[in-house]
Order: sequence, then C-alpha cells, then structure tokens
Amino acid sequence: MRLERRHESSRAALVLAPIGAVVFTLLVSALLVRWAGAPVGRTYALLLQGGFGSVFAWSETLTRAIPLILTGLAATVAFKARLFNIGAEGQLFAGALAAVAVGGMHGGTGFELSPWLLFPLMMLAAAVAGALMLLGPALMKNKLGVDEVVTTLLINFIVLLGVSALLDGPMKDPTAMGWPQSVSLQPDLELGKLIAQTRVHTGLLWAVSLAVCVWAIFKYTVLGFDIRAVGANARAAAFAGVPVTRTVVMVALLSGALAGLAGAIEVAGRTSYVTLDMSPGYGYTGIVIAMLAGLHPLGVIAAGVFVAGVLVGADTMSRAVGVPTYIADVIVAASLIAVLVATLLTQYRVRVTK
Amino acid sequence: MTDLLDILSNPAFWVAVLRIATPLILGTLGVLLCERAGVLNLGIEGIMVAGAFTGWLAVYAGAPLWAGVGVAALTGMVFGLLHAFLTVGLALSQHVSGLGITLLATALSYFGYRVSFPKVNTPPTITPFAPMDWLPVPILNAQTALTLFALLLVPAVAWVLYRTPLGLALRMVGENPQAAESQGVSVAATRTGAIVAGSALMGVAGAFLTLSAFNAFFFNMVNGRGWICVALVVFASWRPGKALLGALLFAFFDALQLRLQQSGDAVLPYQLYLMLPYLLSILALVLVARKASYPQALMKPYRKGER
Repeated sequence: MRLERRHESSRAALVLAPIGAVVFTLLVSALLVRWAGAPVGRTYALLLQGGFGSVFAWSETLTRAIPLILTGLAATVAFKARLFNIGAEGQLFAGALAAVAVGGMHGGTGFELSPWLLFPLMMLAAAVAGALMLLGPALMKNKLGVDEVVTTLLINFIVLLGVSALLDGPMKDPTAMGWPQSVSLQPDLELGKLIAQTRVHTGLLWAVSLAVCVWAIFKYTVLGFDIRAVGANARAAAFAGVPVTRTVVMVALLSGALAGLAGAIEVAGRTSYVTLDMSPGYGYTGIVIAMLAGLHPLGVIAAGVFVAGVLVGADTMSRAVGVPTYIADVIVAASLIAVLVATLLTQYRVRVTK
Repeated sequence: MTDLLDILSNPAFWVAVLRIATPLILGTLGVLLCERAGVLNLGIEGIMVAGAFTGWLAVYAGAPLWAGVGVAALTGMVFGLLHAFLTVGLALSQHVSGLGITLLATALSYFGYRVSFPKVNTPPTITPFAPMDWLPVPILNAQTALTLFALLLVPAVAWVLYRTPLGLALRMVGENPQAAESQGVSVAATRTGAIVAGSALMGVAGAFLTLSAFNAFFFNMVNGRGWICVALVVFASWRPGKALLGALLFAFFDALQLRLQQSGDAVLPYQLYLMLPYLLSILALVLVARKASYPQALMKPYRKGER
C-alpha cells in the first residue's frame, strides 16, 4: 500500500469528508446498539432528540458546549504549532481554582472591590493560572527536548491531586457538609443566564467571541503566521527568521489561558464553586474537538456543539432505552479516528502496490 | 526516621514494590518495542483498560486464567493493528492516533462492561492467580506467575533486540528506515510487527490488574499507569534493563508513599505523597533528556520513495 499526494483537493471534499466519517461511525456504532439489545433507529432518534430536539435540549447542549469549545480552542492553538498540549484538563482546574481564589473572598476582610473590577481580575487570574501550567512543559520541550505530551499528561494528575488537597484543606467550604468543595464565588460575579429557566449562560458568548479572536489571530496577525510556520516546520521557520522560542511561549500562554478560562467560565456560569468532578474530562475531549474541526477555530464551535449534543443526547437516550451512556464516548472517539482517515483521503490517494 | 527503617525492613513492603512494578514492567517493555521501531504508542492507557476488561471477562465467563491473559494479549494486538494501520499505513500523526485509540479502547471497555452488567453496583469477582508458594525465593514467592513472566521478559526482550536479526531489523527501522529499506528490510512490516507485539504486552499489563492484583474490573483502575510507562521508557533510554530498574524505582516510591500515608502521623495531606511519583517522573524526564538517545526516526512517518 502506498500513498500518493493529490494535486488538489476540492473544497466540497474537505467539508464532506468529516460528515461522511461521522455517518460511517454511526453505522458501525449501530452494532453496539444492537449488542445492547435496543432498536437502532429509535436509539439514534432519541439521541438526536435529546441533544437537539427541543429548546431544553438545545439549552443543555449549548451549556455543555461552552467548556468544550474553550478546551477545543486550547488544543487548536497548541496543535497548530505542534505543541501537543494534553494538559488542558489540569489547566482547566487551575483556572477554576484561581477564579474561586480571587472571586470567593467573601466580606469580613474589610476590603471590598467592585465586581466591575473583581470580575476582570478573576478572569485574568484564571487565564494566568492555566497559562503557567503549560509554560513549564513548553519551555522544557523547547530548551531541553523533553516530550511535552508526557509532561503535560503527568501535570494533569499533579494538578488534580493538588486541587483535591486544597478542597480538603485551605479552600474547603466549611458549610459544605464535609464534601470536598471549594468556597463559592461572590454572587455578583456569576454569569447571567442566556435563556431564562435554563442553564445556558453568557459564557457561550465568551466562547464564541474567543473562537473568533483565535481565528483572527491566525488569519491576520504576525503571531498567527509564525504559529503556522513553526507548526509546518520548526527548523525551516527558524532559518527563515521566525522567533521559534518566542512563538512557542506565546502559543503555550494562549493555549493554557484558554483552558484556564474554560475552568473559570464553568465556575462563574454553572457551578459557582470547584469540585473534583466539575469536569468529566473536558480537557481530553477538547483534543477530539480540535481534530474534528480540522484545527479550524470556527470549526471548533460546530464540533463543540456536535460533541456536546451527542453527550447530552446519550443521557436522555440511556434513560429511555437503556443503552449505556458510554456509547457517546465510543461515537466521539471513533469519529475522531474516522475523520482523520477521511481527511487524509482528501489529500492522498491510496494505491495498492506489491 | 525509625518509621522509614521499619517500613524498609518489612518484607511486605518489598512484596508490594514488586507487585506495583509488574504492570509497569510489562507496559514499559511494550512501549519500548514500539518506540525502538520508531512509533510512539499513546494508545497504551486505553489498551491497558481493554486488556484488563477482556481478560477479566473471559475468566468470568469460565476460561482458565492463562486463557484470560491470552485474550488480553489478543485485545492489545487488535488495537495495535489499528494503530499500525493509522500510523504506518496511512502515516497519520502518532500522537493523535494513539490518543484516539486510548479514548476508543476505554470507551468500548466501559460500554462493554455496562452492557454485560447493567445493574450491578459491586463488581462481580473472579478467583485471581495464586501466589507461587512453592518457589524457594522469599518475596518472589508472594507474587503470582505473571510477575515472574514480566521479570523473565526483560532479558528475553533484550536478547531479541540485541542478539537476533529480527531485533537488528527492528532497531534499524527505528533509527534509519531508508537504510533499512535498502537492506531489504520491509519498514512497514517490521513496524507493524513491533506495534502489534508491544500492544499485546500492554494488554497483558492491564490483565495483571484484574487477574492478579485485584479480582474484579473497576472504572478508572488503570488510572494513568500507561502514561507512566511512556515516561519510564524515556527514563530508561530505550533499554530493557534500565526499564526494569525504572519500573522498580517508581514502584518503590509508590509503595513508600502508601506506607507513609498509613503510618498515621503524616504531617502533610495524603495527596502530596500521591503526587510524588508523578513529580519524580517529570524530574527523571528532565534529567535524562539531555543525553537521551532517542531512536532517530521516532514519530517520523516513513513513506516509501518520499523523503
């Protein structure tokens, strides 16, 4: 088997390839639905309905999409420069914790800041906390040649243990009846609701505007050009005068900050405090979303909503027909692999040779 | 201080070290085989989950324990083949393919577990491997046969790598695929073989958890052990003997933090002790990185006729 580069791939193929891959995944996953003893058509219909079938479904899907879009953007920025940031999960928790540390200082200190000042401070703290988590691995990669995949992964475990220690100790909410849960944010720092009576909050606007910002950075700034150059070929980029180390540092700060903001926005928009289960792996799912979007910042919005819809729909579906919710994770993971293959086929032709 | 001496002089401590090290030895050898052939396999975390699940399920369904180990190895091979198809056949990013396989294998295992046991809260148990009481070696005789297998595998892998034509081909493919191809070695076939064999070991590493260390399958039971193996291979500079050393060292600290936690008068929160192994891994990576002799073609896809 060998691959031959196609001279040109049509725009239609580039858009249709991921869609075809997802349809293929759904067909294969139907076997699992049958194994679980449920009717395939009804299961998928329920999944679709639960994710996108009503105002309530949409509101739940969009709520879930907010952290996913942000971690998806974090992965997109890093992967574009070939900085394989697998640490968004830890960066998200670092951001959430920083947000509570700044925004959870209830009165009694005799020191009150206006929410107009405190809110930006809180978001800044979260962004900085997330960025710092990635700065170390990025510098270790650049200066020492330590593979960032392993370091960012290991840091996830360290951060989660650190959060757990803080939630048991200094940051524990004394009124939480013994649950490891942080103090709550001041109510005036919480994000407003986008649709009344639902959980969807203005964090969605943050996520979408940040996606547009990242897109604009890629398209219109020197930094965006440098990121693409470093990602394409770091050695050639250095030779052409691109400041590689500075670009990698900027990428690390930007990517980590986005993941940190994901944590802060979850806290400000949904939970108002930090718990260890506030993220069911949003950091890892963000990687899938970035790949599904073909590392396109605006595509991340669509991919984030799609994945969120599958995850939310699976909950409803599972209650109705009893297929385990893990089917959603299977569909998401298999879609990732199928989309990778499909995208490759738009760029290469496979020739079977002896 | 006397505490520490008490811990270290207790044979039960060293039994624990060897038990904790076993899945790490198996997994690290698996990663090592793949990377020596030039392919990073981040699928390990998920392959371990899948091996733990299928091996346990086979035994639960009535298969003998060793057949369970075989099923786990076979599961690893299937995912290894997928990884080989994506990274060797299609030359996709090894990072992304591996992560995709980890997510897929984990999700499939959890799905399979929930379909097989929809309503149980306490996981059903099996009778795991028994310790090798008959062995006249202390500490080792408190282990199961899988630990002995892992220990014997270290010289076996070293022998294959450094003393056989197969090992030479495998190392060549990881260092300089062009040269290997010109010597008549098929890069694709050699890499595929290495990934499949390495992934089989990863599956067995997972099966050790359900068939020997514990007697049931739990969610999150692999809990990052696979990632530790990836770090250990760098620490070991891609050498089987050093991989054994690294796994033992890591297990030593892991067992130590467990004891320090239990000794009661711990001043620090227990989470700080749990962090220790991960911090040590990062430290080891930094210390070794400078003189690490990466297989030259690691993570570089090879396309015939393309440079």
